[in-house]
Amino acid sequence: MKRLFGVFVNGLIVENPLFIIMIGLCSSMAVTTTVANGIGMGVALTFVLVMSELIISLFRNLIPDSIRMPIFLIVIAAFTTIMDLEMKAYFPVLSKSMGVFIPLVVVNCIVMGRVEAFSSKQPVLDSIFDGFGMGLGYTWVLIALAVVRELLGNGTLLGFQIMPSSFSPMIFFILPPGGFLVFALWMAASNDLRRKLLAGRKPEPTQDSCCTLPENGSTEKA
Amino acid sequence: MSDLIKIFVAAFLINNIILMRFIALCSYIGMTSDVGQSVGMGLAVTFVTVMASAVTWPIYYWILKPNGLEFLEILVFIVVIAALVQLVEFYLKKSVPALYHAMGIYLPLITTNCAILAVTFDQITYNYNFVQSIVFAVAVSLGYLLAMLLLAGVRQRLKNSPIPSFMMDTPILFLTTSVIAVAFMGFAGLIK
Repeated sequence: MKRLFGVFVNGLIVENPLFIIMIGLCSSMAVTTTVANGIGMGVALTFVLVMSELIISLFRNLIPDSIRMPIFLIVIAAFTTIMDLEMKAYFPVLSKSMGVFIPLVVVNCIVMGRVEAFSSKQPVLDSIFDGFGMGLGYTWVLIALAVVRELLGNGTLLGFQIMPSSFSPMIFFILPPGGFLVFALWMAASNDLRRKLLAGRKPEPTQDSCCTLPENGSTEKA
Repeated sequence: MSDLIKIFVAAFLINNIILMRFIALCSYIGMTSDVGQSVGMGLAVTFVTVMASAVTWPIYYWILKPNGLEFLEILVFIVVIAALVQLVEFYLKKSVPALYHAMGIYLPLITTNCAILAVTFDQITYNYNFVQSIVFAVAVSLGYLLAMLLLAGVRQRLKNSPIPSFMMDTPILFLTTSVIAVAFMGFAGLIK
């Protein structure tokens, strides 16, 4: 039980996909103009992540190593399609405002990265907990970004007026540059906290593996 | 002709894929530590995006749509792009080794590059015809190249600048991007 809890917390903070490993950045800034969108995207990604990790972990001993990437892609694409159709049916407004970012979950490095690095080697229960941990780690960052952007850019939270009527909304925060700025500040704060917590201990090197070239120049892995 | 120019300018500058639409940010941050590398990646993406558009457009309109299989779009497009990247890699390795060495190392990274998949979906959403789709693909990928080049240039300067320790590493890159994006907001009035 303790081990499963460790796996779960790992995704929330220690290896947070957005702030620490820096994968899946695209959707995090594009959909966080309102808190509702942020929550919607977080839930959608968590669904795809947990289901893909579950299926691939179940079949991990049957998938031949040499063609594992195409198989992962097809499993992820299938769950993305299911999620896309569900969203269109039950939350048409949300689905429309997120637009192309819902199908883009299929190439979201978080899903591919976790499936490749974790659930293709670990038992089913661990994989499910890892999926939930990573998904929630992604969702809380989206909510953190969206709260700042919606509050300052629109004066509302989840559509309810929060700021006094004398407050004039700063449109900048809804526009793309505001997204980059808020993300930069949140990330700086999170890194600063991490540095203070890890002071004295050597922080492990962190980098994303699916968007940069490997150091030794071999291209087989990516 | 003028509608093609409009599509080009809109996709290249006004709706720049990285700075205004936040697509393909991973490679934008990961591959811009060196100017040469960012140009190589940009050119490889341009090449594959145009080829992918030329393949996915006929597949959607000639195979999926007549058979009522539009919902398979995500599955089919990602598989087609992955296969295409593999084929291009084999072809370049065998026939044009010089080009392969210049941009071949970026090809495996491209399968999971959101920019390419986003372009193929957008062409369907916007109801572009075949020529418009190709122009759109060229414009988007040149916009990608431009944004990569801009950040790579700024990063050369950042290396020798005193950065506050609070903003070290990645946060300063996003702050820089925010400023570049503000500049790109100025293009918004270019097309009525």
